Amino acid sequence: MAPVSALLKRCLISSLLIAFGQGAFAQTAADDIAKYREMIADGNPSELYEMSGEELWKKPAGPKNATLEKCDLGLGPGVVDGAAAVLPKYFKDTNRVQDLESRLMTCMDKLQGIPSQGIIDAKFGAGPKKDMDAIVAYIVTHSKGKKINVSTAHPKEKEMYAMGKRAFFFQGGPFDFSCASCHGASGKRIRLQDLPNITTQEGAALGWGYWPAYRVSSGQFWTMQQRLNDCFRQQRFPFPIYGSDVTIALSMYMAKNANGGMIQTPGLKR
Amino acid sequence: MKTLMMTSTKHLFLVFLGCGALAISANVSAQQKADPQFEKMMKNSFRAEGIAGLDRIDQDATQKFCSDPIFASSKAGAAKAIEIQKINMATIKQPTDGKYVGDWKSGEAIAQSGRGATWTDTATTPIGGGCYNCHEIDKKEISYGNIGPSLWNYGKNRGYSQEVMTYTWNRINNSKAYNACSNMPRFAHFKLLNEKQIQDLMALLLDPQSPVNQ
Repeated sequence: MAPVSALLKRCLISSLLIAFGQGAFAQTAADDIAKYREMIADGNPSELYEMSGEELWKKPAGPKNATLEKCDLGLGPGVVDGAAAVLPKYFKDTNRVQDLESRLMTCMDKLQGIPSQGIIDAKFGAGPKKDMDAIVAYIVTHSKGKKINVSTAHPKEKEMYAMGKRAFFFQGGPFDFSCASCHGASGKRIRLQDLPNITTQEGAALGWGYWPAYRVSSGQFWTMQQRLNDCFRQQRFPFPIYGSDVTIALSMYMAKNANGGMIQTPGLKR
Repeated sequence: MKTLMMTSTKHLFLVFLGCGALAISANVSAQQKADPQFEKMMKNSFRAEGIAGLDRIDQDATQKFCSDPIFASSKAGAAKAIEIQKINMATIKQPTDGKYVGDWKSGEAIAQSGRGATWTDTATTPIGGGCYNCHEIDKKEISYGNIGPSLWNYGKNRGYSQEVMTYTWNRINNSKAYNACSNMPRFAHFKLLNEKQIQDLMALLLDPQSPVNQ
């Protein structure tokens, strides 16, 4: 992994240097990243995660020595194709609305006997969360090109959307920030980073449709749970618990707003 | 004084207006009610980590008001906004040594840093102003955000009168004194920046020698 990511970083840095060296100030960081995406279109590093995720999906594991192949991600047991495009979703067996990561934790617990708490408590990119990242990469790759199609027909889904909307505008912390502080208006940037307006369909699709993603700056694959976690960190909030309802509610708000947009995961981000 | 404040406030107000006004129109006359289910979700979804304690999601009146943009942009909300601005204005202290303008070079460093106050920081991590995150300031810095208005030529355009000094001092100390739901953090109210740091930021904007005013 290390040499690949080092090479990618060098590519990005040199393309940025070229852009700024020529005094092309009007060019946005987005243009550079688009160029860079083109350069490596045939080889998103997420593929490495995806491959190991597919293995983990099919390999017997846990106290029950079972695979995840019977896991129901919303389209029926074992159906992976298109599953990420309909999440978050209400599941009868847990009586909860779940996103991809929380649903996978349910499957690992029920099918393999792996308790969720160990996954929740692990550091990002380490231990059981590293396996989770790979499985997520595998699942979301199989929704690439599908239309985002999230339902709020079930009362619990509708309720989750409403709570997500409220959480999106909830201000707190010593900076008074909410999600909306950065993602509530169009055409905004932090430094050179473009910020999608998640209150619009177009902006929500840009956010929801491109995460999980491989992050060039950190050389890591990030799930949506990790993306949200780092948003809250920068909002100066306390730590959102992995798979907690606020993370699922916000995902529901984003995904539903993004309906009709295209899933482009795994994305490639700065 | 009053008329001068009116004109300069109006002028400056326009400049600062970029702060993401949420134009949502609806006929709602009351602030959203407390929702026990939502509160339970928030309470159960976070844990304290390092310096980021759970008290950070206990909202004060300003945060509560600004978390409901539909009410905040309604007629009844406009009256409440004035009340919120008064509460915030009352927290502002003028500089203890009477000095408004410090050193613009330190001010530039404070404006550049967006660090501090996250759970990966410690209580002693210096907190930056994060100004370039949202504002164009010195044109030489091309990596700037646009959530707030450009501050290039801030003093050159407005002059260096006491009114401009006081207004700018107040705005950096507690932006919500003028715009209840401004996107700008309340730097003095939450002790993010101390008096000296605010004097240095003032210099970046209001020292005629600052690169911002060339």
